[in-house]
Amino acid sequence: MSKTKLLAAAALTTLLVAVPAFAQEKKTIAVSIPAATHGWTGGVVYHAQKAAEEIQAAFPNIEVIVKTSPSAEAQVSALEDLTAAGTLDALVILPFSSDELTGPVQSVSESGTFITVVDRGLTDPEIQDLYVAGDNIAVGSTTAKFLVDSLGGKGDVVVLRGIPTVIDDERIQGFQEGLEGSDINILDIQYANWNSDEAFSLMQDYLAKYPHIDAVWANDDDMLLGVLEAIEQSGRTEIKYALGGNGMKEIIEKVMAGDAMTPIETPYPPSMIKTAIYMTAAQFNGQAPVRGTVKLDAPLITQENAEEYYFPDSPF
Amino acid sequence: MTEITAQPAREPLLARINWVDVGPFIALGVLLLAGVLINPDFLSPTNITNVVTRSAFIAIIAVGATFVISSGGLDLSVGSMTAFVTGIMIMFMNAMVPAMGANSIIAGMALVLCVGALCGLFNGLIVTVGKIEPFIVTLGTMGIFRALITFMSDGGNIPLDRSLREPFRPVYYGNLLGIPIPILVSVVVALVGAFILYKTKFGRRCAAVGANEEVARFSGISVGRVRTLAFVIQGICVAIAAICYVPRLGAATPTTGSLWELQVITAVVIGGTALRGGKGRIWGTVAGAVILEMIANLMVLSNFISEYLVAAVQGVIIIIAMLVQRFSKQP
Repeated sequence: MSKTKLLAAAALTTLLVAVPAFAQEKKTIAVSIPAATHGWTGGVVYHAQKAAEEIQAAFPNIEVIVKTSPSAEAQVSALEDLTAAGTLDALVILPFSSDELTGPVQSVSESGTFITVVDRGLTDPEIQDLYVAGDNIAVGSTTAKFLVDSLGGKGDVVVLRGIPTVIDDERIQGFQEGLEGSDINILDIQYANWNSDEAFSLMQDYLAKYPHIDAVWANDDDMLLGVLEAIEQSGRTEIKYALGGNGMKEIIEKVMAGDAMTPIETPYPPSMIKTAIYMTAAQFNGQAPVRGTVKLDAPLITQENAEEYYFPDSPF
Repeated sequence: MTEITAQPAREPLLARINWVDVGPFIALGVLLLAGVLINPDFLSPTNITNVVTRSAFIAIIAVGATFVISSGGLDLSVGSMTAFVTGIMIMFMNAMVPAMGANSIIAGMALVLCVGALCGLFNGLIVTVGKIEPFIVTLGTMGIFRALITFMSDGGNIPLDRSLREPFRPVYYGNLLGIPIPILVSVVVALVGAFILYKTKFGRRCAAVGANEEVARFSGISVGRVRTLAFVIQGICVAIAAICYVPRLGAATPTTGSLWELQVITAVVIGGTALRGGKGRIWGTVAGAVILEMIANLMVLSNFISEYLVAAVQGVIIIIAMLVQRFSKQP
């Protein structure tokens, strides 16, 4: 049902764009994001659509167009389409890849458009007026600190990492730094490509290889789902914690319910797109200064504050 | 058509052994031996059961792929198709829960078999009626099925209704006389597959069409029908794999079954079936699927392979396995 609503909203926005702007101070914000291909980008699309609806309802003079693209090339074409349709007052973009999008975004910027970059930075940070991102290093280190505290500074952990990318490297780096100085020993780190099936297999193999594991960290919640099934099937009882990262709603639900094995979560919220859209809108409406860099923290989500990070209608 | 591959009359026993047939099993044996040397835990009953159970999905789908490939086709869409039919199955079962309770699992199984067969029929008809290369057709449907599951799930996941998790769980985690259900299912699928491929007219026609399309056509075989049916069998196998897959994690996601098509094709080829068509080898295919999963398992159990190089070592092992088979054919 929400899908038809979204489609209707998208259709409506297109209609509105097609009509030439009569009101003079009407401002247009274009949002260019990757299409939903996995949970996290699904969340980005959801929150972008939500933000667009909310801002248009609150500020009738601001128009928000959300455009999703399935690849970097498609995103470049989308930028061309968006700028061809009329003057953009602002562009909020979550670039598919830094290298390919830097040039096209620069040319949009040259026509006087306010540029907000989200999550993945461009190769030339001079282009952006506002940069909003999460903190992948903190995702790792917050989790590591929790483990150090709750395992009493010692124990054996296994780690599942994602797809070899900067995001993955930073999370692992943060985790390793967070454990420094403690007696917690990382038994093994292997790739499971942010895929729950591969994580299930890898966890089964970890369980076969190591007779004693105190805690598991999957650096993404999709993988954690596979890990939890593998642990349940093995019947092993010595594993105290199985933790994830990102803020998937299924895992937040566990945290809210006070699950013993997954009592905490660290966010890398797809809703950061919403922060970016709201901030971009703020300067048009209230002339609030927003130029600069915003790095969202990855605070520990516990049973007490889980509600804040829970979006039951989001696909993620 | 059986006479095409008539055996040479009398030869010493050693020369009469068909090395292509036993090759995959020798490779499996060598791998088991290597496994024990690398890590004694490898042969623990839990590990072996886990590995073989995990290989069931690929094995079941690869039995279907043996039909498609031996009939001269190729199906790249199986991974996406698994995700798609899994999504349909879960959504249907969830919708049926209020009316049927746990019986919706049975209904879901029946439905997914039909949907799988239809997906296969769709592939098959475009290939045969549209006369388009199967590589291109299934590359197209691969994208279509993947996009559909992404659309159905809004890019997130489609979880199975909580009330169905417990009753459905045994289909992956349960066992009969100590043998996990997915292993039993894949053995049954392979037995049925072997019977159809080796003992029925249709099976022999499959091989004939794959070996030489023109000759087959002149001998009165309806090439289009045989090829289409092979794709339907593939679709049914995908559905059976989906039935075993759903209870494992209880969800379908846009990444379900990603790159399974490559694993399936690799399993078929390791098993001794030629990619260009002709004779299919069901049991070799099953061994191929187990070999693939076992290599992945050994990569984790071994302590000396860098996590960054795992994929390279896997590739090398597969190529060596193929070379060994290739050269053991010519004494």
